[in-house]
Amino acid sequence: MSLSLKALKKSPWVFHVNTGACNNCDIEILDCLTPRFDVERFGVVLVGSIRHADVLLISGPLTQNCLPRLRRVYDAAPKPIKVVAFGACGCRCGIFRDAYNTVGPIDKYIPVDAYIPGCPPKPETIISGIVKVLNTL
Amino acid sequence: MQAVMYILKYLVFPGFVFSAAVGLLTTWVDRKVTARVQYRVGPPWYQPFADTVKLFGKEVIVPAGARWTGFLLMPVVGLAAATLASTILWLVNLNPATSFVGDTIVTLYIMTIPAIALIIGGSASGNPLGALGASREMKLLFAYELPLVIAVLTTIVKVGSFSFEKILVYQEYNGAMLGSVSGVIAFIVAILCAQAKLGFVPFDIAEAETEIAGGTHIEYSGAPLAIVRLNTAIMYLVMPLFIITMFWGGVTFVGWRILTSILKYVAIVVIMVLIKNTNPRVRIDHAVRFFWGPMFALSAVAMILAALGY
Repeated sequence: MSLSLKALKKSPWVFHVNTGACNNCDIEILDCLTPRFDVERFGVVLVGSIRHADVLLISGPLTQNCLPRLRRVYDAAPKPIKVVAFGACGCRCGIFRDAYNTVGPIDKYIPVDAYIPGCPPKPETIISGIVKVLNTL
Repeated sequence: MQAVMYILKYLVFPGFVFSAAVGLLTTWVDRKVTARVQYRVGPPWYQPFADTVKLFGKEVIVPAGARWTGFLLMPVVGLAAATLASTILWLVNLNPATSFVGDTIVTLYIMTIPAIALIIGGSASGNPLGALGASREMKLLFAYELPLVIAVLTTIVKVGSFSFEKILVYQEYNGAMLGSVSGVIAFIVAILCAQAKLGFVPFDIAEAETEIAGGTHIEYSGAPLAIVRLNTAIMYLVMPLFIITMFWGGVTFVGWRILTSILKYVAIVVIMVLIKNTNPRVRIDHAVRFFWGPMFALSAVAMILAALGY
């Protein structure tokens, strides 16, 4: 394993995209940054720009309007990038499966490396998912 | 031979390698103290090094709308300038005889180049948010340079010389500038200006992660981003060192004074981190008004007091 990949395991920067989620997942993501779970211990930081990201965290069932944006965000990401589908909606569209404006799930359009199920996922599940996706490097 | 020695000094000690290592460690102190203030554990000590190595291994993207010369060259120019400022300050502190006439002014000039490099890089990125960040950085530069220069002039008026050597020798015999009224006022102004120069809250208006997604940094990825971050890390070393040299008697590696030197440095860093953690981000017009109003008045008072001998 090369040095930079080893370093990548120690400092995964996460960029978060909401593709029509109900905001519950997004609140759970912020829980991971609080004193109780503090993912910065492992070098995980939420970044503001996709150009800085190593992990693309996608929540939501993927609505029609979000699809072209999601594609652009994925193309703009510097490789290697890991994609994580987040929450019941991110994995399999959840309760929005039959909605008229849902075109998901996400893995129909871009390659997904890990799924974190739950509605919303617990912070422990999120940390476990991030560890698993880093082990695929 | 002389030239080789200078190049070695610039590249290894006390130049690039040393400054980058200490600067990155300082950013770790920053993140750790921030985490402790928020009752978190915080990252391990090697975190900034892991970040840097990782970024050098990532893909470098030049956006379609960017002008690649300015976009890719400017981080390197900024890094070269920050390293030069660090080298001058360390050399002067370790051996005051290396000082030359007017090196305070040269250092002040060099310290603005990283900010100018960021402005050009942000404007060249072809991103509207990058341009926004660049314009804010420019306004901020105009705002904080004035009080910073006058705060530095306070020491110069008091000592009566433009060279670091005279300033260090004066403080050696007459006590640090911090022992006088004018010194304390100028020190406070300089700390707040350093806060703006380093792009820290409350003056992180140009980078504002949560508002304009990184501002001037927004389009940088991979190695250029690593260089921009190294740039910030070295400036993080340069600003406290400059303030210590100007107002607190400088640092030295001789005998027991090495301990007090490190303590001075860490004290200034912790003060800056605490200011950073207890304040919200201000708007750009507030920042300009703050620096051109109260800060300018304070530094002017300090300079007049220094001229009167206080």
